Amino acid sequence: MGPLPLDVPVPGASFSDLLEIVGASPNFSVPEGATTPSAPEGTTVLALHYPDGVVIAGDRRATEGNLVAHRRIRKVFKADHYSAIAIAGTAGLAIDMVKLFQVELEHYEKIEGIRLSLEGKASFLARLVRGQLPLAFQGLVVVPLFAGYDERLEIGRVYSFDIVGGRYEEIDFGSTGSGSRLARSYLRTAYEDDLTGDDAAQLAVQALVSASQEDTATGGPDLRRGIFPNVVRIDSDGVEELSDDVIAPIAESALETIR
Amino acid sequence: MTIPFYVAPEQLVRDKAEFARKGIARGRSIVAVDYSGGVLLLGENPSTALHKISEVYDRIAFAGVGKYNEFETLRKAGIRQADLMGYLYSRDDVTAMGLATAFAQTLGMIFTRDPKPFEVEVLIAEISEDGDEHRLFRISYDGTLYDERNFVAIGGKAEQLTEVLEELWHEGMSLEEAFAAGVESFRRVDDRESEGWEAAVLDDANGRRAFRRLDVEQFTEV
Repeated sequence: MGPLPLDVPVPGASFSDLLEIVGASPNFSVPEGATTPSAPEGTTVLALHYPDGVVIAGDRRATEGNLVAHRRIRKVFKADHYSAIAIAGTAGLAIDMVKLFQVELEHYEKIEGIRLSLEGKASFLARLVRGQLPLAFQGLVVVPLFAGYDERLEIGRVYSFDIVGGRYEEIDFGSTGSGSRLARSYLRTAYEDDLTGDDAAQLAVQALVSASQEDTATGGPDLRRGIFPNVVRIDSDGVEELSDDVIAPIAESALETIR
Repeated sequence: MTIPFYVAPEQLVRDKAEFARKGIARGRSIVAVDYSGGVLLLGENPSTALHKISEVYDRIAFAGVGKYNEFETLRKAGIRQADLMGYLYSRDDVTAMGLATAFAQTLGMIFTRDPKPFEVEVLIAEISEDGDEHRLFRISYDGTLYDERNFVAIGGKAEQLTEVLEELWHEGMSLEEAFAAGVESFRRVDDRESEGWEAAVLDDANGRRAFRRLDVEQFTEV
């Protein structure tokens, strides 16, 4: 380690601005007319509200064309103490975006001594997505889904995004990825306003299972290999990842009831 | 013909050192005390908004005494350095040793290069992955780096505080005992009641981010 970056002209507390200044920014451009490389893609993730918070979940499959690239990929990540991010699209870029987002939130918190507001976090994430726009024209798309507990308003909130960095707050549920329409259709009929946290987790798994029946890119629970969806619950106590022991019975019964 | 103004380097260094020491002595001191499972950082601080103790990385904490704006500059630079290293390589590659060296290099450079040295003293504490091993580094205004064991004090009254802690500290203290020892050392050295405490711990029980500020009232009642 060399001497400290003492005189860095960093505006405020942004880590990604710091990366840019030291020349380590992950942004790069693709030459014009280049053909799009084939890279693994993450698929269905979803998030839904319940009165005390939010649940955010994702299947475990990544595909490359019509092949299964990864069976156990993780698409739902804790972002900080009160929020989580789920990703769909080009997996390599998306996972890097998550890493940058996590460091950004923690960096801001340490420098300023206070956490960003949930709105602020979502707004920063939109900026990251917009930064990917040149790559989106090449077919390397990353679309996240963001959910968290708003410490100031004391409610759970869900944000979905589009490829140009548009940010939309969802009042009931949101979903992104190849199976998202199927998952949303399921949620539209099954969603209720007075769900408990357990109900919401169950509904999330059922919606993913339902999507996996129609969309080949969405991986259903794999009982033989012990692969289950990632489900994260966020309320006033913070982020809690539900263990496979909790998810397995829910996934099994969801598989049994499906036609 | 004018005679060029000459100051002997010995004189220059002595003057700068004296200036820095005087500045540091005006502020209040901070102690770090090992206990089983973590490290306690404690200082007298009447303000609840301006912190002298803060989190740098997962298992590393920072404390500074002296001029607020100067150690605040160092603190932010330390966080930037740590987050950069952790992002570019791995979170495991950020160590207190590396950071302390960087702080020492920076303070040393400022001391020799700049007309006015930083009037600060810095403390870096770290707990290992399993929480068993603790490291304490003290860096003085001229960049001298000290590797300390069990407890350490920085600031104008560091020597006196260390003497008292020498007497009070013992292996396997609980957090409550460490807190009481810290408070007692300040009470004996300052010979008056505190105007308010700032306290934080690096504790293994806190998970990946081991740093946590303590609700001091809860402790002072005990």
